[in-house]
Amino acid sequence: MSELIELQDISLKAADMVEEGRVHKSLYSDPEIFEEELDKVFNNTWVFVGHESEVPDSGSFKTSFVGRHPVILTRDRKGNLHVLQNRCRHRGATVCEGRKGKTKALTCPYHGWGYGLDGSLRALPKPEEYDGVFDKKDMSLESLRFETYQGMVFATFKDDIEPLVDFLGGAKKWIDLFAKQGGGYPMKVLGEHRFNFPGNWKIQLENTTDAYHFPIVHKSFVSSLDDATADIFDFLDGEGFVEDLGHGHSVMVMIPELVDLEADLDQPIPARFEALAAELREEGKSEDEVKKLVRAAHGTGFNLNLFPNVSCSMAFFRVLRPVSVGETEIQHVALGGEGAPQAFNRKRMRLHEHFQGPMGFGTPDDGEAWERVQKGSQSGKDGWILVNRGMTRLRTSVDGNPQGAVCSETGMRGAYQQYKKMMAAGSTTNTAPAEEK
Amino acid sequence: MKSNTELLAKVTEFIGYEADLLDHKGYQEWLSLWTDSGLYIVPTDLNETDYLNTLNLALDDADMRRMRVARLINGESVSADSVGYTVRMMSRIRVLEASDDVVVARCAMTLNELRHGKLVTYPANIEYRLVPTDEGFLVDRKVVKLLHADGFLRTVSFIF
Ligand code: FES
Ligand SMILES: [Fe+2]
Repeated sequence: MSELIELQDISLKAADMVEEGRVHKSLYSDPEIFEEELDKVFNNTWVFVGHESEVPDSGSFKTSFVGRHPVILTRDRKGNLHVLQNRCRHRGATVCEGRKGKTKALTCPYHGWGYGLDGSLRALPKPEEYDGVFDKKDMSLESLRFETYQGMVFATFKDDIEPLVDFLGGAKKWIDLFAKQGGGYPMKVLGEHRFNFPGNWKIQLENTTDAYHFPIVHKSFVSSLDDATADIFDFLDGEGFVEDLGHGHSVMVMIPELVDLEADLDQPIPARFEALAAELREEGKSEDEVKKLVRAAHGTGFNLNLFPNVSCSMAFFRVLRPVSVGETEIQHVALGGEGAPQAFNRKRMRLHEHFQGPMGFGTPDDGEAWERVQKGSQSGKDGWILVNRGMTRLRTSVDGNPQGAVCSETGMRGAYQQYKKMMAAGSTTNTAPAEEK
Repeated sequence: MKSNTELLAKVTEFIGYEADLLDHKGYQEWLSLWTDSGLYIVPTDLNETDYLNTLNLALDDADMRRMRVARLINGESVSADSVGYTVRMMSRIRVLEASDDVVVARCAMTLNELRHGKLVTYPANIEYRLVPTDEGFLVDRKVVKLLHADGFLRTVSFIF
């Protein structure tokens, strides 16, 4: 019992639990720290809420979250995007359920207040009882500030933080490269996988910039590939790297040959894409276009980790949502090309199904490892998680950033330094709502 | 409704046999139950029917089924190795369509998995398209419609 009491008595603040090369294991399991994170991190920065292609038309909506707050991404009659709090201004019911869809209005199921997709309150039953009480135009759904980059929509409760482009900073060049996924067509969301794991959100955040685990955890996936493809995934001794891009963002280049999907288009078609190439030729695509589409079908050779909740991971978006200190929901969002040949998009979906999602050949093994981290980190009254791999072997990248080996923990250190900075700052002010427990 | 008890008995026997193979990890034998062009499908969208042009949780042709089985049994997958056994109940079996070439049947499944000491349950509707042969049925299509297909699932290291 006395040990338990001592455990609770760790006097370190969360920000002090992040050192340069290690973080304290309580960051995975202390519910109070979790509440503090929602307040100081998720309510205080740009959070990814979706991609423009998920709300293609007037009337399209998609439900999402900023930290714990349910929000709706909508496209109104005029084609403008909005990010709205999913909370009726009357007595607080959510006005929109379901993943996504199309609707003329957001109608609250409780007393029937009807909102437009721009959030404005359009109509309500028996309005005369509100005569002199309030003006309808002041009762719109509350909207969040949002900005987009390459169709990725980020929202925030803060009106005074830097513009999105400044926050993304050094990550922008990598988002531009990532956006070449469509093989010459605009990048488009094709569908998504959803799963959860009993562990802290930062375990997922770390994983996207962890190449070290790949040949171990994903051995069974690599075994399922043909030899040429398996070689591509044998990248730990290659020329790849991890670069800290600032603001908690990092890029992990695993396959340098696949950084720019529009370069090296004269490569021969790999065996596993021959069937796709044949289908595209049959559709009458020129040889140049076939090569471009085949190369894009691979996905990029890097993971771009954007702090705190999204990663542009080779060929898809990996989106995390902290549910509680020991539970995290993850979406694996499949991407293709808007207007691209069906055969291309089909291939992209089949590749996604192969590795990603709860039934992929990769994800279940990641999930198993993360679950073990959460469980193992409960052991002992004190303990640290190491993120110091490659710490003394850094070089400076062409963009002037710290860069380490592909299997270094450079990206995790970058993310944790941003986390430390945010956790050390005072509590939120401005428009961010206080966290309710 | 006219019922064909002999056909229903055959279909029920086959579905029970397949379920038993999967619960007892008789994966190699399970692979032999399929037509060459057969598809094993676990959709994410229960209203979707164009499976090839949508994202599924799994859409396995013969190659993918073989690889899925290899992954589960070759000892390289840490998640597959930590799945104990599954126990599935197949019931409410109904033949929807029957001809000499094809039999379409639907049933309910409740699959239970013990995972790190916790019981996880998967209720689902399953649709079978079976091809009668001299040696019994072959599966031409199996669609597993999980009740919570579009929710947040736990990861799956077994075959539904
Ligand atoms: S709570 Fe929405 S109309 Fe009453
Ligand atoms: Fe992984």
